[in-house]
Amino acid sequence: MIHLAPGDPVQIIQGDVPMELQPLKEFYILYGLDQPLHVQYWNWLKRIVMLDFGRSFAPHGRPVLTMIAERLPITLTLNVIEMIIIVALAIPVGVMSATRQYSTFDKSTTIFVFVGFATPDFWLAVMLQIFFGVHLGWLPISGLRLPVWEYLPFWQQQWDFASHLILPITVATFGGLAGFSRYMRQSMLEVIRQDYVQSARAKGLAESVVIGKHALRNALLPIVTVLGLSLPGLIGGSVIVETIFAIPGMGQLMVQAVFERDYPVIMGNLVIVASLTLLANLIADLTYSLIDPRIRVGRRGRR
Amino acid sequence: MKDFWRALRRNRLALVGGVVVAILFVLAIAAGVLSPHDPHKPDIKRILDPPSARHWLGTDQIGRDVLSRMLYGARVSLAVGFVSVGIATAIGIALGAAAGYHGGTVDAAVMRLVDLMLVFPRFFLLLAVLAFLKPSIWTIMVVIGVTGWMGVARLVRAEFLALKEREFVLWSQSVGASAFRIIWRHILPNAMAPVLVAMTLGIPAAILTESGLSFLGLGVRPPYATWGNILNDGKEVIELAWWLSAYPGIAILVTVLSYNLLGEGIRDALDPRLRQNVGRFGGRGR
Repeated sequence: MIHLAPGDPVQIIQGDVPMELQPLKEFYILYGLDQPLHVQYWNWLKRIVMLDFGRSFAPHGRPVLTMIAERLPITLTLNVIEMIIIVALAIPVGVMSATRQYSTFDKSTTIFVFVGFATPDFWLAVMLQIFFGVHLGWLPISGLRLPVWEYLPFWQQQWDFASHLILPITVATFGGLAGFSRYMRQSMLEVIRQDYVQSARAKGLAESVVIGKHALRNALLPIVTVLGLSLPGLIGGSVIVETIFAIPGMGQLMVQAVFERDYPVIMGNLVIVASLTLLANLIADLTYSLIDPRIRVGRRGRR
Repeated sequence: MKDFWRALRRNRLALVGGVVVAILFVLAIAAGVLSPHDPHKPDIKRILDPPSARHWLGTDQIGRDVLSRMLYGARVSLAVGFVSVGIATAIGIALGAAAGYHGGTVDAAVMRLVDLMLVFPRFFLLLAVLAFLKPSIWTIMVVIGVTGWMGVARLVRAEFLALKEREFVLWSQSVGASAFRIIWRHILPNAMAPVLVAMTLGIPAAILTESGLSFLGLGVRPPYATWGNILNDGKEVIELAWWLSAYPGIAILVTVLSYNLLGEGIRDALDPRLRQNVGRFGGRGR
């Protein structure tokens, strides 16, 4: 099973050993050079253009890059939707529990946070499948589209697609939401103790202006970094979610590749996912400088 | 130390968490005595029996008792949690201490290594490493440990950076104590508080990771019963047997929740200032 047919032409072309070391080593060099971010970004682009990802060990022997390219948009779309939902919910929740510390709302969100941290996402996924998919029969439990999708009228197509996404996105958002609302609360609590918030109040500004304009803006700063750093976690979570809900994304590809010992696909996946993480960190750093004028672009980014 | 216990006892949630963790340990150790049935013995007459007086939590596809399997599974989960966090902590302390104490090139090398490791989503990295190894319970422990030391290394480094300028360290240096002795006897004991907290919070994360891998069928191999394995069996038959999926998940949830409550309690009791320093982030293990 492990290396399929020995002497397969595919293997001869790329060899066995370098595949596991090469991408890792290149990343190390990339990091070790200690270059400014834009140079790293440029190197990354050049490598992506030139780097030979090889072909899959599987009998079809398709180029790894094509396989990933088919699946990347799906994973990316899911993760972006998840992030938007997480941010949209976590910020108001965090602000509300911080401004009303120890209120019933704050206490119930704290309980939610602890339960959210402790809930295994794969288990939550299975439970939701049982309840909404099997028991109630409201939502589809796997795939992205019905087999008859092409023959449906336009709006039904949209609904079909959306309904397939509801459960996976709920599951993927759950844990992240807990983390982010906690972070937001913490960050907000720190900010509203600051002197300038007091002085804003003393100026006679309305509480909504004090919180919304003076406090929130500063409380958001650390969140941006955390958001960038959390992308690997989200993408890592898509391994589980995509496998359970049979969504043809990168996570599912990864699991299949591991089962089939399809090393080129595994390593290609790692490289792409790591590149995505780098990109996310870069975006986070740039956004940071955008919302905080005190930080100039070009100074070495902090992690 | 006395203050620590007093503070911990006053935190009711942490106390509950601690008690639950203790109960879990007793259950896991006494699994052989407590299990009503043999966890590995199939019974073809009782395939997928729902929970009953005979089988409190029902049976699986080949008629094995779910309760017994879960009790034995607790052993695996707790062991994986402990050993893998032990490994991660050992690596983290060694590298973090070297980086923080020596600074310069060592520091730069270690921190770049940390950055490099953090670029990969944990779950992808785990899967990739596992693809190259022969799966066994030990492999799982080692792999989870080896991919999880970065947080500890950062914590230890930060502590060392602050502590190495303190007078008691400078004094030891001036009387000619070796670097190893200073690190081991003088600085490390003072840096252990956040490490202890990170360990307590790392165990539930490792348990979640192990069960996730086992759920995918890439973790601890059958016939070992683990909570993740039972869930993996359960996902094939979710339409027929909810109990196979529901109970192991609840066990994981309760275990992780208790550990987290205990961990946060220990953190607050050790030093309320740590609240901000020890990030809850990455706590979910992927």
